[in-house]
Amino acid sequence: MISYLLKRFGAAIIIMLFVVFFTLLVFFKLSPDPAASICGQTCTPDRIETIRTQMGLDQPFFAQFFAFLAGIFVGRDYGEGASAIHCGAPCIGYSFQTGQSVLQGIMDRMPVTLTIAIGAAVLWLLTGVAAGVISAVKEGTWWDRGAMAFALAGISLPNYFVALVLQYLLVVQLEWLPFPTAVPFSESPGQWFATYIMPWMVLALMYASMYARLTRTNMIDTMGENFMRTARAKGLKPGPILIRHGLRPSLTPIVTLLGVDFATLLGGALITETVFGLPGIGKFAYDAISVNDQPVIMGVTLVAAFAVVIANIIVDLLYRVLDPRVRVSST
Amino acid sequence: MTASPNTQVGEFGQPAPGESFSPGVRAFRKIIRKPSVILSLAFLALIVLLAIFAPLVTRLSGWDPFTYDEAAVDPSSGGLPLAPLGGISAEHWLGVEPQNGRDIFARIAYGARVSLLVGICATAITMLLGVVMGLLAGFFGGIVDAVISRLMDFLMAFPALIFMIAILSALPQGNRPALLVIVLSIFSWPATARVIRAQTMSLANREFVEAARTSGAGWAPLVFREVLPNLSGTIIVMATLAIPNFIATEAGLSFLGVGITPPNPSWGQMIASAVPWYSSDPMFFAIPGILLFLTVFAFTVLGDNLQKIFSGGFE
Repeated sequence: MISYLLKRFGAAIIIMLFVVFFTLLVFFKLSPDPAASICGQTCTPDRIETIRTQMGLDQPFFAQFFAFLAGIFVGRDYGEGASAIHCGAPCIGYSFQTGQSVLQGIMDRMPVTLTIAIGAAVLWLLTGVAAGVISAVKEGTWWDRGAMAFALAGISLPNYFVALVLQYLLVVQLEWLPFPTAVPFSESPGQWFATYIMPWMVLALMYASMYARLTRTNMIDTMGENFMRTARAKGLKPGPILIRHGLRPSLTPIVTLLGVDFATLLGGALITETVFGLPGIGKFAYDAISVNDQPVIMGVTLVAAFAVVIANIIVDLLYRVLDPRVRVSST
Repeated sequence: MTASPNTQVGEFGQPAPGESFSPGVRAFRKIIRKPSVILSLAFLALIVLLAIFAPLVTRLSGWDPFTYDEAAVDPSSGGLPLAPLGGISAEHWLGVEPQNGRDIFARIAYGARVSLLVGICATAITMLLGVVMGLLAGFFGGIVDAVISRLMDFLMAFPALIFMIAILSALPQGNRPALLVIVLSIFSWPATARVIRAQTMSLANREFVEAARTSGAGWAPLVFREVLPNLSGTIIVMATLAIPNFIATEAGLSFLGVGITPPNPSWGQMIASAVPWYSSDPMFFAIPGILLFLTVFAFTVLGDNLQKIFSGGFE
C-alpha cells in the first residue's frame, strides 16, 4: 500500500513538472513581451529593460524554469539588492497587472468557486443518480425513455446558452430572481441563494445528464449479476435488494467520475462564472487571458492541474475501499 | 463496444439461413428505421446542405453575411430590429442583428460552414492520432506503452479549456479555423487512444490473433488485418460522438472570444455578440443557440444509437 502510494505521488509530481515546463514554454515562445505590457503607454526602452531584469525575463528559458520551480518549493526573490521583493514558498509569482500575489488572488476567489462547485455537485448527484436508478428499475418504460431522451438533450445543450435562457426567463421575463451579484452567505442568505441557484442549475443540468446515463447502465448491469439473483432467491424484498446489494457496486464508478469532475470545477467553471459575472477562479483566468497576464494564467493552470492530479489519487484509494473486488485483485 | 471476431472469420461463423447480411449491415438496417434517427439524419442533411451551398442560398435570400442593413433597425431604440421577433420578415428570414442590421440567416449559413469544418477536421485528426497511438501502445506494450501512456496522463491532467484559451489568445491571428482544429486535436486524442489501447490489448491475446501470429504473420498484417477491423465499430461510434463535442467546444471558444474572430460568423460567436442584447432582443441569441443545440443533439442521438448497436447487436 505504501509503495503504491509512493508510486502514485511520484507519477503525480512528474506530471506536474511537465505541466509547469510546458505552460512556461508556451508563454516563453508565443507571447508578446510582457514587460512592454506592464510598462504601459508612457514607456522608455530603459524602463522595459529594468522590468525584464527584475522579473527575470531576460534569463534563458531553463533558468526561468528552475527559478519558477524554486519559487514553489523554497520561495524566490524578484530583483536584486535593496529593491528586491521576497516571495515566500509556495510562490507562483505576481500578477503583471495588479502586482498582487497570484496565490493570494486564487485564494481570495476560492470561496466563490467552491460555492459553485459544491452546490452544483450536490444538485447533480441527487437528481442524476435518482433519475438513473429509477430509469434502470423501470427499464423500457416511458419514464425510462423520457428521462434518457432528456439526459441526451441535457448533454447536448451548450452551458452558456442554458445560462442565457435561464437568465432571460427567470430574471427578465418572470422576475423571480435578481441579477446575480456574489454576496457571502453570512451577509444575506436569501440573496446568496438567489445568486448561485442559476450557476448550480446550469452546471447540474450537464453533469446530471451524464450521471443519470452512467447510473442507469451500471444499475442494469448490476441487476443481471449472480449475487443479485442469489439475493432474490433468498427471498429478500426488491427494495432492500436494490439498496443493499444493487446500489453499492453501481455507484463506485460514479465516485470516480465525481472526484475528477469536482476537481475540474475547482480549477474554475470558466464559462459559467464568466457568463454570470461571478468572481471565481475561472473568471480570474478569463480576465487574465484578455489582458495577457501570464503569471495569473500560469497560476490557475497549475492549481487546476494539481486539483485533477490529486483527485485522481484520492479516487483510486476510495475505489479500493468501496469495491472489495478491486482490493482483492490488486494486492 | 467490441465487434466480435466473427466479422473477420466469416467462413467459420456461418450466417443464419435466410440472413446473408453481415452484422454491420443488419445493425445499420435496424437503427435506420427509428424515428429519432431519421429526424436526426434529416436535420443534419439540411445543415450540411446549408453549409455547402451557403453562397448560393444567400444569393437566393438576397443578403450576404457582411452587409449592413440600416433600414431594418430602429436608431431611436438604440438599434433594435424594426420588425417583430428580432426583425423576421420576408426580406430577412431569421431576422437581423441589432444595431448594424446584418442578416442572421446568412450568418447562420456561413457559421454552419465553420462549425462543421472544424468539427469534422478535428475529429479526423483526433481519430487518426488516437487510433495510431492506442494501437501502438496496446499492441507493442512495454516501453512503447509506457511512453505513450505517460504522455496521455500528462495531456489528460491538463486543464484543457484554460490552456486552449491561453494558447489561442497568445497565437497570432492567422488562420483561425486551422488553429482551432490543431489545438482541439492535441488535447482530445488521448481519450480515444485510451479506449483503443484497452481494446487492442484484449484483442491481441484472442485466439484468432494468436492463430495468425503462429502462422507467421508479421506485426503489420496482425495490426491492420486482424486487430484494426475489429476496432471499426468502436472507431465509428467514437467519431460520431466526437463531432458534436468539437462543434460545441469550437462554439464555446468562439463564445469566449478566442475562436473565430469577427466579422467572420460562427454560431458561438453570434451567441457571444447577442449577450448585451439578451433582454431586449432574445431572438438574437435564441436562433444560433437552438441551431447549435439541435446540431449537437442530432449527432449525439446518432452516436448513441450506433453505440447501442455495436455494444449489443453483435452478440
